[in-house]
Amino acid sequence: MALKGIDIFKMSPKKNCKECGVPTCMAFSMKVAQGAMKIEQCPYMGADVIAKLSEATAPPMKTIQVGDLKLGGETVLYRHEKTFVSKTLYAVCVSDASDVDAVLADAQKVDYERIGEREYVEMIFVTYAGNKDAYVEAAKKAAAIGREVILDVEDADVAEAALAAIADKKPVLNGATEANVDAFNALATKYGVVMGVKAEGLDALYDLTAKIEGMGNKNLILNVCDTSIKEAFAEAVQIRRASLKNTDRTFGYPTIVNVAKLAAGDQAMQTALASLFTMKYGSVVVMETMTYAQALPLYGLRQNIFTDPQKPMKVEPKVYPINGSDENSICCVTVDFALTYFVVSGELERSGVPINMLITDAGGYSVLTAWAAGKLSASTIAKSVNECLADQKNKTLILPGKVAVLKGEIQEKLPDWNIVIGPREAVELVQFLKEYK
Amino acid sequence: MPFKKTPQKFSAAIKAVEIGTGDKKTVLGGEGVMPLYSFDGPIENAPKVGVEIVDTGLEGEAKGIQEFYAGCTTPAEMAAKAATMEGADFIALRLESADPNGANASVEDCVATAKAVSEATDLPLVIMGCKNNEKDAQLFDKCSEALAGKNILVLAAKEENYKGVAAAAGLAYNQKIGTESAVDINLAKQLNVLVTQMGVKGENVIMNPGTAAAGYGFEYVVSTLERIRLAALGQDDTTLQMPVITPVASETWGVKESMASEEDMPEWGSRDDRGVDMEVATAVAVLAAGSNAVILRHPQSVATVSKLVKELI
Repeated sequence: MALKGIDIFKMSPKKNCKECGVPTCMAFSMKVAQGAMKIEQCPYMGADVIAKLSEATAPPMKTIQVGDLKLGGETVLYRHEKTFVSKTLYAVCVSDASDVDAVLADAQKVDYERIGEREYVEMIFVTYAGNKDAYVEAAKKAAAIGREVILDVEDADVAEAALAAIADKKPVLNGATEANVDAFNALATKYGVVMGVKAEGLDALYDLTAKIEGMGNKNLILNVCDTSIKEAFAEAVQIRRASLKNTDRTFGYPTIVNVAKLAAGDQAMQTALASLFTMKYGSVVVMETMTYAQALPLYGLRQNIFTDPQKPMKVEPKVYPINGSDENSICCVTVDFALTYFVVSGELERSGVPINMLITDAGGYSVLTAWAAGKLSASTIAKSVNECLADQKNKTLILPGKVAVLKGEIQEKLPDWNIVIGPREAVELVQFLKEYK
Repeated sequence: MPFKKTPQKFSAAIKAVEIGTGDKKTVLGGEGVMPLYSFDGPIENAPKVGVEIVDTGLEGEAKGIQEFYAGCTTPAEMAAKAATMEGADFIALRLESADPNGANASVEDCVATAKAVSEATDLPLVIMGCKNNEKDAQLFDKCSEALAGKNILVLAAKEENYKGVAAAAGLAYNQKIGTESAVDINLAKQLNVLVTQMGVKGENVIMNPGTAAAGYGFEYVVSTLERIRLAALGQDDTTLQMPVITPVASETWGVKESMASEEDMPEWGSRDDRGVDMEVATAVAVLAAGSNAVILRHPQSVATVSKLVKELI
């Protein structure tokens, strides 16, 4: 809860020494409450008071660091309000009862690049199924493949053995419950790892989290319900809403959603749930598998949702050969706005016509916007044609219909090229290419 | 100190719009909470799932779709089969054959198809056009006439042809009208205003504010839907309180992820799985952002999405 000036005043030294530059302690307190001054600017404020106040002015949702990955730290509920900062991370589930090598090998299959971002399974979720030695082995194997590890175990003895085995990896210790909280908190503190909190229902989860915070541990992730889809969704939304809308810091932590358990054995349902929790407030989504079929839509969705609304998504300006094109194929040109690239390349592929797609640097704007901003002009197009398509034998270049006005000027700059005006919309490309042939 | 639940309540609500007749009629919208937030308040009409049938046949469709309709030779037979799909709430017939740049089937032929489909199933019927504004206006006019009293939804009137569509389907034959705009809250609002100004009641309008496949500029879709819902409920904007329908299949089955053959992309695996996952992920995301109904093609997608909706509501 945000503190009022009067609350801060009660904790102030009340000396009215003016050393902070303000006439009275009351005035200073008011300024701190408004955020105009920092509490540290008072030379006589006690350390405990400073700690308490910086807590009160901290962001509503903590950022939790796991290896190089960041979770949480969000400030808004909807992406149009500002920007989501920490994308949902996907984990694949393995247990000591499963064929660990096979699962880990499968989990590493999806690894590709999409608009400058590496898409892969970021975390391995190692669940304890009852065999301690096998569990420690599984944890070691999971730690060895270069992904972050979540140890999902509620037995303190097993947890310690696994933690000790992969201590350097700093895995997430997922399994503090009402029953084991003292032992687990000691373990998490000893090994310096993030701790996952589990309880049945929001009330119990809230109480347990408050209790752990009281023990001085604020390096936490909260588990939502893993037995009911309805409850899991209700909890994920209400936890996020409590922290961001009602600034209830006890719930100001990222969440883990165990989709693998919510829809065991149903791949399509796991995709559905992963989509739901990518949209609504899952920080880590645990799945049984991550096949290409699941990854292609999910990573695409995630990249869209977590993109900065103020920053256009760009693809690399270069020639993209489509349908096995070579120097004897026709060429077309468009801008580097990611959406334009995807839509146009999709249509070109659908046409089946071999064609070289030239992407020019247009600052990540769409065709008309780039043209209006001077980032797509006869000069920029001619320049990239000369740079990227110098060896081209078939010198036919299709121009986006929306910038047909540039044709004459481009023709002047590229006299040995045949400049053709293409359709205004990407959906007309298939028809256009069919007729052009 | 126990956790204080603070449900997000609104005094406004999405309009409830009914399509179809008889026992199988179905209602879209009516809720006064954010999408799928049944923990905040009741959602009496859970989101609906429709099955898309294209009148140009099954060529090029994924194997799972072809197998499901094995033996069906006409759209009417397909509709009868589609109605048996687990979780299907309505049938959406896309009159692709009407496209002047394609088969250019006559309006009469298309109307005959629509009538046959309507007779083959008692599920509510959505008639989708061929994306040619002029031809669509004629199609919607004649289909509305031929299916008078069936309470169909025509999908959709656009800025270019809303006058004809609203006059015929909405006013003359009292069918439900879809309003389609291109992923922009202001365009969506404007078209709703224009259509209602012609005399069509807001209660007879369902909107499609545009869609995309996941990964294809989908952030605009999400933000448009979320802003529409927040304006409708939070600011009581009556011009944005129409329920939302999203034709998902026609977007997702056209992207590379769903179309590429297994020979071209061996590491991507089964085309059916890819198509289903793309369809399911996109459908669930639009439902979470504020859609009241999705239109899908693959039987497994229909089963999965409708099952998830049942779990959530």
